[in-house]
Amino acid sequence: MEKKKLITDDGIRYDGRKLDELRPIKFQIGTLKNADGSAYVEWGRTKILVGVFGPRESHPKHLALADRCYIRARYHMAPFSVEERKSPAPSRREIELSKVMREALEPAIFAEFFPRTTIDIFAEVLQADGSTRCAAISAASLALTDAGVPMRDLVSSMAVAKVEGKLVLDVIDQEDKQGDSDMPMAIMPSKNVITLIQMDGLLTHEEFIQSVELAKKGCMEVYAKQKEALEEHFKKTMDREEV
Amino acid sequence: MVVPGTLLAEGRYNAGVNVYKEDDKFFSSVVGLAELRNETVTVIPLRGCYIPFVDDVVIGKVVEVISTAWMLDIRSPWQGVLFAKEFLSKPLNTMKEDARSYLDIGGMVKAKVMAFDRTRNPSLTTREPELGKIQRGTVIEADPTRVPRIIGKKGSMINLLKKESGCQIFVGQNGRVWIAGKSRDEEAVVAEAIRKIEAEAHTTGLTDRIQEYLVKHRV
Repeated sequence: MEKKKLITDDGIRYDGRKLDELRPIKFQIGTLKNADGSAYVEWGRTKILVGVFGPRESHPKHLALADRCYIRARYHMAPFSVEERKSPAPSRREIELSKVMREALEPAIFAEFFPRTTIDIFAEVLQADGSTRCAAISAASLALTDAGVPMRDLVSSMAVAKVEGKLVLDVIDQEDKQGDSDMPMAIMPSKNVITLIQMDGLLTHEEFIQSVELAKKGCMEVYAKQKEALEEHFKKTMDREEV
Repeated sequence: MVVPGTLLAEGRYNAGVNVYKEDDKFFSSVVGLAELRNETVTVIPLRGCYIPFVDDVVIGKVVEVISTAWMLDIRSPWQGVLFAKEFLSKPLNTMKEDARSYLDIGGMVKAKVMAFDRTRNPSLTTREPELGKIQRGTVIEADPTRVPRIIGKKGSMINLLKKESGCQIFVGQNGRVWIAGKSRDEEAVVAEAIRKIEAEAHTTGLTDRIQEYLVKHRV
């Protein structure tokens, strides 16, 4: 494949955004009727549906932990989510992302409140265009909130990439594939705690520091969107102002 | 309205339900409505499952029969255990009789939480008047977080429902509601009214609107 130039000389990216501009992000809560909590996110062209079940009895029983709740996450890409049909069987990458998702959310959940139970988190990628793990983590934290699972904070996530020597925020598929480096990060915004940070490719020390700052800025924007979505969904049940 | 992680207060307060403390700061752990009363910060949850408490009366559904006990779904993260001794007030002789002949899968039971500490399944008992197997009427499921609204302040809402419909109603702490009236239609009206309470739980003038609804749909 011939490489296209992804960033113009005046700093406009492949899809028309500025270097530190996010794609339009829209969260929706309570989309699945049968799940205890659910959320749907449209993150540019990335679309993900997340369902949360539990806390509930552990099955199989031997998975139950005596002192806290067992958290099980499943990240899965639908066969039609990418250009070339993806086999529905879990790939190495999906197994890794399931683990990454779980570990990014675990610090936020009060797992010790529910010993011997299980919380199931299912993320189904309906359409993928980069940053799927970030979108899945952010939506999963909303689905957990919708399920009423007690949490220390929401979890917001964002990726930074180095493309053609420049750091860009909110990575699309093209930039991920052609870029020099990709760094997804998840934080608990009101605690200022990082729950996930991964990096592939190469960054200098200065670039890394800049990337973390840039990703944090992106996460805070996601956080604002998450809060907006929660308010939008839950204000239906009340009409008086109570804070 | 607050979301998990919202800073609620700083300084000398007490942490109530759904609130956690870090250093001197108090944060919400769920989505809900924050309240400050007598120096105690609490959050009334908008979503959540039922957490058993000792002495709560709940309505359970039998999901498993083991030789001398029944496992009940009480809509909490843990299944309730109802021992034969607690249900029959006598030991069950498994050589002579089958636990299923008393209570089978799908049966509804009104029971009280006898003991619970999160490390063992809640044990239930029916050894009190008014408790036991549900023989008639309808059981509907409401959101457990809406139970206080269905009951109302000092029982105002539940008394209104009983008075206007003429039905017998019992609200389990786990959000299951038992309704027994003269006909299915009567029960359906109450069920619909409860759906309305659930949907508009935190709006003003709810009791008046429910009264209007019940009068309009009287069977």
